[in-house]
Amino acid sequence: MQLTVEFGGGLELLCDSVKVHTVNVEVPNGAQKLTMRDFLTWVHKNLIKERPEMFIKGDTVRPGVLVLVNDCDWELSGQLETTLEEKDVVVFISTLHGG
Amino acid sequence: MDSNGAAGTAIRREIESLNAAKADIESRISALEAQLRDMDHGTGAISSNGSCTLAAPVDLGLEHGLSPDMIYRYSRQLLLPSFGVQAQSNLWKSSILVVGAGGLGSPALLYLAACGVGRLGIVDNDVVELNNMHRQIIHTEAYIGRPKVESAAAACRAVNSTIQIVEHKEALRTSNALEIMSKYDIVVDATDNAPSRYMISDCCVVLGKPLVSGAAIGFEGQLTVYNYKGGPCYRCLFPTPPPTTACQRCSDSGVLGVVPGIVGCLQALEAIKIASEVGEPLSGRMLLLDALSARIRIVKIRGRSLECAACGENTGFTKEQFRIFDYEKFTQSPMLASPLKLNLLPQDSRISSKEYSEIVKNGEAHVLVDVRPAHHFKIVSLPRALNVPLPTLESRVAEISSALKGVEMQDGKGASLYVVCRRGNDSQRAVEYLQKVGFPFAKDIVGGIEGWARDVDPNFPTY
Repeated sequence: MQLTVEFGGGLELLCDSVKVHTVNVEVPNGAQKLTMRDFLTWVHKNLIKERPEMFIKGDTVRPGVLVLVNDCDWELSGQLETTLEEKDVVVFISTLHGG
Repeated sequence: MDSNGAAGTAIRREIESLNAAKADIESRISALEAQLRDMDHGTGAISSNGSCTLAAPVDLGLEHGLSPDMIYRYSRQLLLPSFGVQAQSNLWKSSILVVGAGGLGSPALLYLAACGVGRLGIVDNDVVELNNMHRQIIHTEAYIGRPKVESAAAACRAVNSTIQIVEHKEALRTSNALEIMSKYDIVVDATDNAPSRYMISDCCVVLGKPLVSGAAIGFEGQLTVYNYKGGPCYRCLFPTPPPTTACQRCSDSGVLGVVPGIVGCLQALEAIKIASEVGEPLSGRMLLLDALSARIRIVKIRGRSLECAACGENTGFTKEQFRIFDYEKFTQSPMLASPLKLNLLPQDSRISSKEYSEIVKNGEAHVLVDVRPAHHFKIVSLPRALNVPLPTLESRVAEISSALKGVEMQDGKGASLYVVCRRGNDSQRAVEYLQKVGFPFAKDIVGGIEGWARDVDPNFPTY
């Protein structure tokens, strides 16, 4: 399944400063669909190059990170249970405080 | 050359003192104008308790109550069919508080003053500095060293002398926030740190005020409207504060001046829409700006959370709870931009910048390692320093060993190892590590290159 992943708000620093990634992810063996829970594990393993604690806490993203699936807060689509489909765009963005 | 140098210094000094005098005069003029305006307001406009009533100048029988001067001044807005006299009149009756007169607050305040908001409040506790000027466009060089609130108020008055400008020359705290914010209809968060953002949002929830929140750093910006007509508050979105390492500041990470400028303009726009009751405020949505790739994305965010600690159904904050809440403890970070001062090393593992300057003067054999990032090192560095950015230190220990050996070969005796950074925190972390991996004699320079500039070489550039 082809997906686009974007990092922003400084999270791109955890993956060699690359903001946009086009990736191919397989649906896990024995599963019918790919959920954000699977995908988060995949991103953690395949894209995050340093300081993973700045991205993940427990089984979800760390506080202060917004997750958007197709420009929509994942809170509205079931968080970790959100089902991903071909060509979906997932954005991880860290909240900014500066001014 | 010498006499030229002396003459130059004298001219610079005179310019400085004239600028200070100019700022004083401007400030006095704007204060007097404000006084005069308050007297005029006895006959209309804005009463001393701050509540706005419409000016009733010439009786032309105009129902909207806008005076001829106002009609002319705001004519280009009145000509907009979906804005018009009603929205202008709503603006004039409204009051907006801008917290922070920095990169976001600068353009926000100028536009809010220009468009005819009846009463505009400014809160800030900072003074204008030279390194603010590239983005905090409301301030001028003449105001360097003076309170930002005074500077911003004078600039707003210069743009529009007919509105009321209120100066709050203090830091916003739980002790004064309820009192200050309760006097305004809308709050604009133009601050630069996490604890202030939680505090302002909570206070808006307690007082039932809409909050226009903007943030910017580097080349990125974010904007949304909180607590507007049943929409989410800051805590609905971010119930748990992020780790302090995720809270970058402009003074550490840098920011392109125009980026907070764009976000500040958008904050003014949202505040104007709410105050004038036109359009659809950015509530339940968030605007994300990526200036480098020239992309703006507007995303849908969650609604109000029933379990929110601030605005939830049964869990909501009271004024009393707000007053005693410790936001700095909650977020583990300070509201004021005082840089961190670590003390990791024993005294005998540290030297002052003065002591280091003696070592250089006496030609003592040593290696100086500068652990700042490479782009900092390019701005300025001490002579013959070896740049080994802290994250790469582990992999470059051999390089430091061979640099020490090189110096020892030259001098025929043992060489010392000193570590420097910007302010003296990372250098301590580096020495802690180096002492563990075979350099027990490594020492750090207290205060970093900022200390060097302060105590040894006043001409050394700081940033």
